[in-house]
Amino acid sequence: MLAKRIIPCLDCDLAIPGGRVVKGIKFKKIRHAGLPWELAERYYKEGADEIVFLDITASYEKRGAMIEIIKKTCQRVFIPITVGGGIKNIEDARKLFKAGADKISINTSAIQNPKLVKDLSKTFGSQAVMVAIDVKRRYGKKKSKVIVKTEKGNCWFECSIYGSRKFTGIDAILWAKKAAKLGAGEILLTSMDRDGTKEGFDLELNKKISEEVSIPVIASGGAGAKKHFFEVFKESKADAALAASLFHFKEIKIPELKRYLKQKGINVR
Amino acid sequence: MITIIDYGMGNLQSLANAFQFLGEEVKITDNPKEIEKAQKLVFPGVGDFGKAIKNLKKKKIDLPIRNSIQKGTPFLGICLGLQLLFEKSEEAPNDKGLNIFKGKILRFKNVKTPQIGWNQINILKKTKIFKEIENNSFVYFMHSFYVEPLDKKIIVARTNYGKGFCSAIEQKNVFGVQFHPEKSGKTGLKILRNFITAKPICRVKPVIEL
Repeated sequence: MLAKRIIPCLDCDLAIPGGRVVKGIKFKKIRHAGLPWELAERYYKEGADEIVFLDITASYEKRGAMIEIIKKTCQRVFIPITVGGGIKNIEDARKLFKAGADKISINTSAIQNPKLVKDLSKTFGSQAVMVAIDVKRRYGKKKSKVIVKTEKGNCWFECSIYGSRKFTGIDAILWAKKAAKLGAGEILLTSMDRDGTKEGFDLELNKKISEEVSIPVIASGGAGAKKHFFEVFKESKADAALAASLFHFKEIKIPELKRYLKQKGINVR
Repeated sequence: MITIIDYGMGNLQSLANAFQFLGEEVKITDNPKEIEKAQKLVFPGVGDFGKAIKNLKKKKIDLPIRNSIQKGTPFLGICLGLQLLFEKSEEAPNDKGLNIFKGKILRFKNVKTPQIGWNQINILKKTKIFKEIENNSFVYFMHSFYVEPLDKKIIVARTNYGKGFCSAIEQKNVFGVQFHPEKSGKTGLKILRNFITAKPICRVKPVIEL
């Protein structure tokens, strides 16, 4: 049986020579968590199922630094690597694949240019194209949006871009379905309402989207305890769960989390 | 020395890294002569079946691959590299595969597609490639299509995803896996190590003459 995946996410600040993993983008106080490839190797040895690198600088000049990080990581880490942040075209993606990435993750560029999803999946295969969606709840009804009944009332889900700095008015459920149709192989679904709160994943959001699309969904945003991972796998059809600082600072260790999930009857590796 | 066939489809660096990690020298090439004289050949690939076949023909390496297999060169097909050894695929109905084995490639139905993640291999035969690999080990898959060999005897492992499908084949000097050993942690590295040390006793004759 296909196992549920646990994915540590490494937010990389490339403005520092060689790059550093930093604690979540939205935290005002930046805390360094270490060198990207060293942290990746630690997670690989601890039993992480995949690793996601996010380039939070996403500036054109620093592109080369991410390539170096991927190259270094792939020499010693033999699980799948996804890279996201600032990928705008086929050539950007090709360079990352060549360095050793298995998948690329696109967000802003996919919303601005949906055809890119199609072109990337045609060129590299659907399995290599992850579409990341940053979502915020909007309460109340609105025309042409998918309204979801939640505990706190009716809401729709809005997509944001530029690292959650700009809202688009686009409905996340409709966009997820469209992205899947265009050839995306996975959806990385981040709840902005929950990100950094440690209150748990947005179960209603994850449930809705993982049931609406026919491709795997990775739940992200809000993990703060082992039980949050159990809840999201039990309550939704999410295929994987992603977290960042929780793992970096060893608040939860991956082997311990997996043992817990196994005991709870969740199929993990 | 491991020769990895480069035909413009997918992540070759990771595969090269895995073999180098195991202490092997690696050559990545699209040169037909290098492929024909290789000691051990690895045929990786992800992406579209039709596009892959067109690339192989354009680079004139389709026949060298067949010749190497016929000569008895130890050969490992990975993911799309496994699928291309068969006759045809639902992904590209108008393109013919390399026709080493009879059978076809089908798309998953009624399950989330692509299948992405760690799934278990039910090892049917303790063959060379699975030496010292525990039954039901987890390995990493990323694919929308799977092979259905006509000759069931070549199937050495099956995996369940909605239904059972063939996740590995072995026939004399030819090995094929649907999953990615280079991305399957220690289990995957052991499988690659088994390929490095495997000594085939005889060679596969393509079932379909061109």
